[in-house]
Amino acid sequence: MRDAYSTSEMMTVAAARRLRDAATCFVGIGLPSTAANLARLTHAPGVSLIYESGTIGAKPSVLPLSIGDGELATSADSVVSTPEIFRYYLQGGRIDVGFLGAAQIDRFANINTTVIGPYARPRTRLPGAGGAPEIAALAGEVLIIVKQSARSFVKQLDFVTSAGYLEGGDARERAGLPGKGPVAVITDLCILEPDPATRELTVASIHPGVERAAIEAATGWPVRYLARVATTEPPGPCELSTLRELLRRTEAAHGAAEDSHAALG
Amino acid sequence: MSHIVSLREAIAENVRDGDTLALEGFTHLIPFAAGHEVIRQRRRDLCLVRMTPDLIYDQMIGMGCAARLTFSWGGNPGAGSLYRFRDAIESDWPHPLQIEERSHADIASAYVAGAANLPFSVMRGYAGTDLPKYNDQIRFITCPFTAERLAATRSIRPDVTVIHAQKADRSGNVLLWGILGVQKEAALAAKRVVVTVEELVDELHAPPNACVLPQWVVSAVALVPGGAFPSYALGYYERDNRFYKAWNGIARDRATFTAWMQRHILETADFAEFRRSLVSDIHEEEPS
Repeated sequence: MRDAYSTSEMMTVAAARRLRDAATCFVGIGLPSTAANLARLTHAPGVSLIYESGTIGAKPSVLPLSIGDGELATSADSVVSTPEIFRYYLQGGRIDVGFLGAAQIDRFANINTTVIGPYARPRTRLPGAGGAPEIAALAGEVLIIVKQSARSFVKQLDFVTSAGYLEGGDARERAGLPGKGPVAVITDLCILEPDPATRELTVASIHPGVERAAIEAATGWPVRYLARVATTEPPGPCELSTLRELLRRTEAAHGAAEDSHAALG
Repeated sequence: MSHIVSLREAIAENVRDGDTLALEGFTHLIPFAAGHEVIRQRRRDLCLVRMTPDLIYDQMIGMGCAARLTFSWGGNPGAGSLYRFRDAIESDWPHPLQIEERSHADIASAYVAGAANLPFSVMRGYAGTDLPKYNDQIRFITCPFTAERLAATRSIRPDVTVIHAQKADRSGNVLLWGILGVQKEAALAAKRVVVTVEELVDELHAPPNACVLPQWVVSAVALVPGGAFPSYALGYYERDNRFYKAWNGIARDRATFTAWMQRHILETADFAEFRRSLVSDIHEEEPS
């Protein structure tokens, strides 16, 4: 009999599994950082985690609260300047995986982290681009981790901050974006992957106990499913205990495990 | 030629109303003390530039110092929103704030171009995003060699760049280490450079290839121990995450923010007194 786990734990574990060992991974703060560090502490000890503060091969013992926490620097193989990390490493084509969060996402995995409402007079001003547009464009491939809801999975983005597959089909290639683009969107309900031809996000795996109706209620467009949808393997005891221990250490270090706003950059 | 002066003099001599002013420091070494001094000296109509506005620009924007902001990520890192930045954009308070929004990679490249005395930077970026629709400083060019389409963005050349560093020697050579962000590039892109430091020392003992700004590119150096608080200085003190979290409660409401700034910035003479005013607040809040 397996331990009980939360939907948030399922999401983080499912996302961590997608990061292969020995990959170089450009990590966003918040949920991506949690999943990437879980991968490093479980099946992917050889992963090189790179934060946009210029820390290469960071091995933090607790999750960083900010993108530039001191432990990222002191645990890193190297610390380089911001121009160097973006120009030589990311634009230079040396990053295998970009790991991003999102405030809003559309069916072609384009991301908005800029504004809700019109740009000139937004209803909600979000933090903005940070490093995400170039990570989305230039990393070999992209993983996106985001909680699924009708507010976040929208038919029409208010603003395209970072490009996924744009209008779908070969639009991304035509726009000249070097990286392959998002290969998976991991949520608290399921895992979506782009259709090989249309590039529309398609449900490939559903987390245990989640009904299709729940996915459809949390998605602002008609949901498509693979012909044979998998059931996500539930979190194993080692994955769960490692994640919980990481979050416990983090809480003890700075009083809060995660903050949803921090996932936007 | 650099001069070792008080922070008050450094700001008074180098930061003028209407200047393009960059305070850089990527989560680490954010020059908070210098930002507070700009607020105390009531500078106005500044064109602020910073990759991550952070709490220091939230304070400067809320106090009406800024006419314009160039930035790439405007959140409270790890703790939430920047409410004064949002209020200025969403509701024009305390007055309208013009924004010029870019990405991190772009601002970093634009400082590199500025430091290299070039009018623009070239990068693979912005294709497929909406940012160029709202920022005419982002254009596209065709490579003369390969015919590739590349983004060209205007270089950033501040009138004044202010950074915080760990050490300066008595001639004003500056040494910094740890997460360095864009500080060196922002300094070398600027007409005038002000540096606050944790320590003044006789010898820097900088290893070869260390990040040292020679004194002849620095306009003024001021000794301000703790001057990056509540951000951090590697080797000196850690980031005060509690302050970053507490800032949400201070900045969310206009009146609470204004009263806090009045008590802790405008009514304090310098950074040391600001720090003492925070300590006395904590004591007042303790149950007797």
